[in-house]
Amino acid sequence: MLTIAISKGRIFADSIPLLAAAGIEPAVDPDKSRLLIIGTNRPDVQLLVVRATDVPTYVEYGAADVGSAGKDVLLEYDSDGLYEPLDLNIARCRMMTAARVGYHPAGQRLRVATKYVKIAQRYFAAQGIQAEIIKLYGSMELAPLVGLADCIVDLVDTGNTLKANGLEPRELIMHISSRLIVNKAAMKMKHAQVTEFIGHLSQFVANA
Amino acid sequence: MLSQDRWILPDGIEEVLPADAAHLEALRRKVLDLFFSWGYCFVMPPLIEFIEPLLTGAGSDLDLQTFKLIDQQSGRLLGVRADLTPQVARIDARTQGGDVPSRLCYLGTVLHTHADRLSRSRDPLQVGAELYGHAGLASDLEIIRLMLEMLDVSGLPEPHLDLGHVGIYRGLADQAGLDDRQETELFEILQRKAGPELREFLKDNKVGDGEAEMLAALEELHGGFEVIGDARRRLGNACPQVLAALEEIAAIGEALRSELPALNIHFDLAELRGYHYKTGAVFAAFVDGYGKEVARGGRYDEIGKAFGRARPATGFSADLKTLARLGVRCGSAEDDGAIFAPAAPDPDLREAVIHLRRQGRVVVQELAGQTATAEALGCRYALVRSGGAWQLRPLDG
Repeated sequence: MLTIAISKGRIFADSIPLLAAAGIEPAVDPDKSRLLIIGTNRPDVQLLVVRATDVPTYVEYGAADVGSAGKDVLLEYDSDGLYEPLDLNIARCRMMTAARVGYHPAGQRLRVATKYVKIAQRYFAAQGIQAEIIKLYGSMELAPLVGLADCIVDLVDTGNTLKANGLEPRELIMHISSRLIVNKAAMKMKHAQVTEFIGHLSQFVANA
Repeated sequence: MLSQDRWILPDGIEEVLPADAAHLEALRRKVLDLFFSWGYCFVMPPLIEFIEPLLTGAGSDLDLQTFKLIDQQSGRLLGVRADLTPQVARIDARTQGGDVPSRLCYLGTVLHTHADRLSRSRDPLQVGAELYGHAGLASDLEIIRLMLEMLDVSGLPEPHLDLGHVGIYRGLADQAGLDDRQETELFEILQRKAGPELREFLKDNKVGDGEAEMLAALEELHGGFEVIGDARRRLGNACPQVLAALEEIAAIGEALRSELPALNIHFDLAELRGYHYKTGAVFAAFVDGYGKEVARGGRYDEIGKAFGRARPATGFSADLKTLARLGVRCGSAEDDGAIFAPAAPDPDLREAVIHLRRQGRVVVQELAGQTATAEALGCRYALVRSGGAWQLRPLDG
């Protein structure tokens, strides 16, 4: 049995063609179902529907053999207990800093609001900047407007949300996309099945 | 203070209750008896000692994992052991004379500042065996066989064995002229088999074409025996050190295959557990239903040097609590069913109780005035007076 951890919504929609390339079709659409374990057209393959940020946890524990997780999620999860053999090239966006248009912070310690604490810490440390990180769970754009932070670190897709709130993107921290992640024990114990799956996916990604 | 603050344990610190403790203790005896029967001598290193020997040869990971405190007598920093292996290596280096191979085994609680992600434990019960004073195939094979036997007595009979060799990566990194920082970065990428980052790294660091191709191949060289053939071809231009390392694990694999045809053997040339102090073949065992290895080990010929005497060394260790949790439960004296002895001032009864206990049966003595029944005490039999003698009767239900 090959168990694949996958999240609902956009990543799931983007993953359908990838799964199809490996000959896998979900039995139901998770966005229209309350089921958390979903069968497929293949009796030896099942899907676990989990939150995007939980995919690495399920895969590292071995509850799922493989999964797809954004590089942003993996960097925050920060574990060497997973294999990340393939860039799936889906859910692409940029991790950026952003601040109020034309704003330049004064000399004091930089305050940064973000959901991505580890990415922000590493980025500013690499820049030689001592930054105070403020962890938020959403609506980061608000923080600079109300004086909570000098800037934010967030995923930027079109940049429209920033613009609508009077912010501008500043530095590019990194490009983000979804990665295929694999449980270490599954790679060894289900080697044939897992490498075949990776093979189909990498062929699809290379041709896309 | 809230009442829960008086009884709650810290994260990752565990107390083992009767049923599990009985099983764990039975397993502890079986595993140590196994080690003894292979000629491994038991040693008991201290729980706490000066920090320097505890961290000898290890990477910064172990430093971070070690609880530390100040010794009031010497003013020096003490560490609570987070790994028994360096302690046992010190014992060998300081006590063994000549070139006699020595075989040591150990079992004890270690403490970790950070919990393992899978077991969530910060106080594993580390058990292991180390073989010093022999470099070569025979000692690597003996240690791997003993690890497999340990899994077998733990009720984990069909493990997958993963084989690798740190010399392959180390040799290729040398050949490519990587400095320490680059080597560390590449090591971290390979541990995650992060293909896209690996190719980016090789490009960004301007690694020569031939070397880059071989380093990139490492990420793909995992699988069954076909990997050895692939590796001979794809790493053909590697330095002799790399080729020798490859032949070493090929020989280990072949020897194990002919001896244990049912064993699942897997090669992974990018697997570098304990890279910082390992020097040769490394291996690990995986079992169904657990997301990471349950036992691991390998060759580390250099550690003894820091203690005054370098000796070839190879060994393995595991967390006995993990083995106990995953393995099939082994039998204990309780399994025959405990026997209830009533509180009666009868010399014949005392005689019968002594006799049964000497046979290895569990006999629970009723306390005068107690109201709990034999069943409530977990007994399945009772001693009953019948026809002038005490006889064993099964309890109803």
